[in-house]
Amino acid sequence: MRKPILITMAASLGVLVACATAQDKSATPASESAIEQGKKLAFDRKKGNCLACHQIAGGTLPGDIGPPLVAMKARYPDKAKLREQIWDARKKNPHTIMPPFGAHRILTEKEIDLVTDFIYTL
Amino acid sequence: MKAKLSAIAAALMVSLSMAFPAAVMASPEDDLKAFREYFKKRFPNVPFEDFVNGVYALDPAAREQWEAIEEFPPYEINIEKGKDLFHKPFKNGKTMASCFPDYKQGIKQNYPYFDTKSGKVKTLELEINECREKNGEKPFPWGKGPIADVSAYLAYLSRGKKIDVKVPNKAAEAEYDKGKHFFYAKRGQLNLACADCHVYYAGYHIRADLLSPALGQVTHFPVYRSKWGGLGTLHRRYSGCNKQVRAKPFPMQGPEYRALEYFHTYMSNGLPINGPGARK
Ligand code: HEC
Ligand code: HEC
Repeated sequence: MRKPILITMAASLGVLVACATAQDKSATPASESAIEQGKKLAFDRKKGNCLACHQIAGGTLPGDIGPPLVAMKARYPDKAKLREQIWDARKKNPHTIMPPFGAHRILTEKEIDLVTDFIYTL
Repeated sequence: MKAKLSAIAAALMVSLSMAFPAAVMASPEDDLKAFREYFKKRFPNVPFEDFVNGVYALDPAAREQWEAIEEFPPYEINIEKGKDLFHKPFKNGKTMASCFPDYKQGIKQNYPYFDTKSGKVKTLELEINECREKNGEKPFPWGKGPIADVSAYLAYLSRGKKIDVKVPNKAAEAEYDKGKHFFYAKRGQLNLACADCHVYYAGYHIRADLLSPALGQVTHFPVYRSKWGGLGTLHRRYSGCNKQVRAKPFPMQGPEYRALEYFHTYMSNGLPINGPGARK
């Protein structure tokens, strides 16, 4: 009888902890190394390849299909919205040419976090 | 800055929503009119016939380099090889000319066509191999090599002839619609349609590559590409553009690509054949 209650408690604690870390992530600025990793992923042709379509500071030979990625904090006060755009751009524009990086598993959840951290510094 | 950026984003949205919807039922004639109008509006400074030159119709600097290449065409030897193959007797003594009696006056502009007897879309390459098999010879592999050489020879004989693909009946229109659907459908892990790159964003750069307009894309095939280090057919290019979006390519000369070629070529009706060509 006691066991299920404990499990439920543990589970809800787990959820609480998860929420707390999720909040921390957006509240505290990303670490230097996370930003560096995110930049690598964003520029890597086999990963994000964001330069195919976006001008990004520090990247060479960018395409011009999408808008230049600048002033991100001003444009995305809510960092989660930025992540969502990268995860699946179809939410905002169903016909978008921008690949759904999360929904189609082009990048992992972790990789999307890192790319978001990097893009948020622009 | 902010306002300018959102203006750009807004403009992009508009250009996407103006793009003609794929699902609407329209006759091939209506499609063709809309297709031409779209590119005429997008590139008002490009004369209709210049669309046969692909990216070089849009980029004067690249065009200059390319024109220098075309002075000593890298595909010249392929035309010669194709000519030899075309006139070399099979073991039974006949030549390919027996299958293509009108070849001298140029036939490429009429391909692909809907064959009412078999109910199939016939491409030039398909008929080259059908001719070989009918005469007891082994078919050539699709994509490159001798098939591209023979195709280059026949394209060369058609230079200047205007593409005249017909959709004669309902069964043909069904094939046309399949090709049209293929062209506008998102595919692959990257979720991109042919139309994304070659209609809506034609004239934009993907990395350093300028995207060519779909209008006029088929006129100069087979094509010599420096990236390939040789000549390749249209279906080889389809296969490459499919792989690029991380989609599994379809078999060359299978029903999907033949339907695609049917639609894709119909959209270039009225443009002159200028194959074989040279591209990056
Ligand atoms: C094939 C083209 C393409 C690729 C690749 C691409 N994008 Fe985009 N992106 C676009 C387009 C086009 C838009 C404009 C909005 C729309 O049409 O959906 C856009 C919009 C955005 C926006 C919103 C910008 C704004 O001003 O609101 C962000 C952020 C973004 N992209 C980030 C990325 C990141 C990060 C990557 C790589 C992981 C990436 N994009 C890869 C085409 C692309
Ligand atoms: C991710 C973008 C992208 C997609 C999607 C794409 N292509 Fe391409 N395609 C290119 C690029 C880049 C080139 C080389 C530059 C050019 O000529 O446009 C090219 C070249 C071509 C060419 C050669 C043009 C020439 O002048 O020789 C053809 C034909 C072509 N594509 C057809 C297609 C078809 C059909 C599809 C869909 C099955 C397709 N493409 C999908 C990017 C794309």
